[in-house]
Formats: sequence, C-alpha cells, structure tokens
Amino acid sequence: MHAAVQVLDADAIARTVRRLAHEVVERAGGPSRLALVGIRRGGVPLAALLRGAIEEAEGVAVPVGTVDISLYRDDAATALPDPKIGPSRIDFDVSGRELVLVDDVMQTGRTVRAAIDCLLDYGRPRRVWLCVLLDRGGRELPIAPDFVGGVLDVPAGERLEVDLRPGEEKAIRVAAGPEGGDGR
Amino acid sequence: MSALFPHRHLLGIEGLSAKDIVSVLDTAEVFYEVSRRPVRKVPTLRGKGVINLFFEASTRTRTSFELAGKRLSADVVNISTSTSSVTKGETLLDTLKTLEAMRPDVIVIRHPSSGAALYASQKVGCSIVNAGDGTHEHPTQALLDAFTIRRAKGRLDGLVVTICGDVAHSRVARSNARLLGMLGSKVRVVGPRTLMPADCAALGVEVFDRLEPALEGADVVMVLRIQQERLQGALIPSLREYSKTYGIGPRTLRYAQPDAVVLHPGPMNRGVEIDPATADGERSMVLEQVEAGVAVRMAVLYLLAADPGTGMTAG
Repeated sequence: MHAAVQVLDADAIARTVRRLAHEVVERAGGPSRLALVGIRRGGVPLAALLRGAIEEAEGVAVPVGTVDISLYRDDAATALPDPKIGPSRIDFDVSGRELVLVDDVMQTGRTVRAAIDCLLDYGRPRRVWLCVLLDRGGRELPIAPDFVGGVLDVPAGERLEVDLRPGEEKAIRVAAGPEGGDGR
Repeated sequence: MSALFPHRHLLGIEGLSAKDIVSVLDTAEVFYEVSRRPVRKVPTLRGKGVINLFFEASTRTRTSFELAGKRLSADVVNISTSTSSVTKGETLLDTLKTLEAMRPDVIVIRHPSSGAALYASQKVGCSIVNAGDGTHEHPTQALLDAFTIRRAKGRLDGLVVTICGDVAHSRVARSNARLLGMLGSKVRVVGPRTLMPADCAALGVEVFDRLEPALEGADVVMVLRIQQERLQGALIPSLREYSKTYGIGPRTLRYAQPDAVVLHPGPMNRGVEIDPATADGERSMVLEQVEAGVAVRMAVLYLLAADPGTGMTAG
C-alpha cells in the first residue's frame, strides 16, 4: 500500500467547478431551462457545487435532482458489498429541460448508461448532457462526457478517492488498492 | 440473498431479525417512489420469473404481488387453483415440482394449510414467499402494515397498537404481533374470548376482553376481518352483536389517541367490524396500506431475487 497521491486540491477543484458551470450555462443557452441531476453518490455533492457556481455567475438557482442507479445496473444490485439502494429524487418536471447529468468520476460508462435509463423514466428532457469532474479512462460503452473537469489515466488496479462533501476540505487523490465497490 | 437480507425465503416474520425487517422497510421506501414516477417500472429483475400460486381466493394480495413483479420487469405468472390441475387431483408436491421444472426464481404461495410455505421451501430450489398459510403467518401483510404505520407516525418504537377481532384465526394478527413487538411497539389484542389465540403469551401481547380499555391511548387501531368462512361453529353469537361490542367506529375510537390511525387488511365487512364512515374517514389507512403493499412486495422480490452479480464495477 502506497500513500494516496493528491491530484486535485481544493483550490483546483473550485476553479474547475467554476469553469464547468460557465460551460454548462453557455452550451445550454442560459440557465432558464437548465437543471442538474447528480448520480448517487459521488455526483450529488458535485451537482450541489455546480448549482452554487451557476447561481454565483447567473443569479439563478437551477433545480437539482438525484438519481440512484442501483435498480438499473447491468450487473444486478447485489454485486455491491452493500446493496442498499438510495432514493432517486427529481421534484421538477424534466420534460423540455436542458438536463445535465453530473458525476464525479467517469470510467466504464455503465453508470451513465444506467442513469440515462433512470432519468428517461421521469419524462422526456429536451436534451441530456453529461458533466464529470474527472475522466479516468477505461470506457466499456460508447459514451462520452460533454463537460470534463480533467482527464487522468488511472490504471484499473488503482483507486480514486474523491471528497467533495460540504464543509470538508475538498480533494481528489489516487491510491493503490482494489477498486471500491462503487467503481471509483 | 444479500448482506442486507440474508434469507433465501420469506416464510414468516418469525425467523427475521429487527434489522432484516428494517432493511425491507427501507428498501420499500425506494420502490414507493418508483410507483409514483411517470414510468412505474424499473429493469431490475429483467429475465427473472415469479409464479404466484394461490390456493385461496385473493384479489389484493395476488394483484399486489403481480404488479410488484411486473414493475421490477420480472415475468409474472398467476396460477389460481380453480383453473389449475389441482382441480384434477394433483398433489401440492406435484404442482410444486412441475412449476419448479419451469425454472422460476420465486414462487409466491398462498395456501389454506398452516406450514404450506415452509413445506414448499423444503421441496423446491427457488425462493418461496409466503402470501398467507392457513392461520399461521402472512409476512408481507405485516411488513406493509408496519411500512404504513411508520410513514404515518414516523416510527414504530413505543407506539401502542391495538389489534381488534378474530385474532385466533388471523395470520395477519400473528405476523403483525411478532413484527411490531420486535420493533418496540406495545401490542394489545382484543376480542371475544372464543376468538383469542391460546398462545398470546408466546406472542408477547396484552390481552383484553373489552374494547374500551384496549383502545385507551392507542396510536394505531388494527381492525381484523371477521372471517365468516373460517368461523366453524358458534364462536360469536351474531354479527350484529359482534358489531355492537367490538365494532370500530366514531364512538369507540374516542378512547384511542386523537391522532390514532385505523388499519384494516381488507376485504372489509362494512358495518360488522368497522363502521363505514370510519373506513372512509381521514384516519383510515386502508388505501395507504394497499399502495404500501406493492412497494413492500417489490422490496421482498428484489431482496430475494436480485442476483449475486459478477462483481463488475459500475464506473
């Protein structure tokens, strides 16, 4: 076991989130029809950060929802050590929206596939975008993000530790060791 | 089988831990939300097979299991004995073996004999869910009642729950008393002596003869159906007299807490065990129970039938 190596510190994450927020608003044609949906669990704090950055820049608080992909996984939910499902919560009408799916780290693309399926069960958005903080490579499905914070090839045997929780020192680290059960 | 619910079958509340029960209730919260989406279906059990094998008449339980399976994308087949080979004299074992050969993942069974679900679990390789066996248990009913109460009251611990009526013949009462006791509710039962079970002490419930003291301070009033088909001999003098002494209505409910809720597993005998206005009133949880039933049964099927996967990461 090696010590974790920090790849992004709090300042770098804050700058990246601000840039992503500007890109998202620009491509979506303004914030009026925009909504964010965080993929549980890593995408949820990132969606909250993005919403804050958008509000700062545009003065508009865009709606934010959450999807849990457990029920849509292609490898059945009990592959996880803890198969506990979390709630999906989308309290706004998704129809006609510019919807941005948000996740912290993207790897195989399977989570995103499942999240899109889940999202479409809530209605028919005008467009679905994908925003990730870090693309670590290793795609297994033909899915690409529209907004990327950074790209970092992380070998399959190494693990990315992402901490974006409110009130905590935000950081992304690479550590040796087996994959976490949630694929990060 | 999963860490969340380490069982292959759901045969009764007996055999479950408080933690198992909370797992089912928490999982059901997720499925409750699924049933309120524009598209009320998730792909979780795609390719799985569920057989509903009902040897007794049932509308809500069978429909509820059927919808639960379908909303999880499982293939659901319903067999009721009036249209099956059972009418040609096939034994329960032969029926089970025949169905097993069709490789279902779950058989949901309702049977008039106590112990039928346990028997089935010993004879077939798939998961068995008990949907009511004789006067023994009806675990999904108890789970959905607990789910309904927890949603209405925010908790189960410390609540006073009064179960009224034909407790002796009621698998619903038996499962509920076990479950609620395990999660910290104080359970009372009340009804004519002839309809009280012999094993009240084992169930850990307090027994009352008269309705008023049994309802005093109750947070939840659970009304049981007078099962006219199960009442052999003269256990009660008449339905009218029963209604006068043990019927739940505005007059008797005054003894319970002002915010007490009323549950009934259905089907109701209006004007016998429950006053029609109470059945339709604002304290009545009857329709909430039905909605909860689908969510709870989705949770049970999910916990029993979702695969131990390949360990593939999601990324």
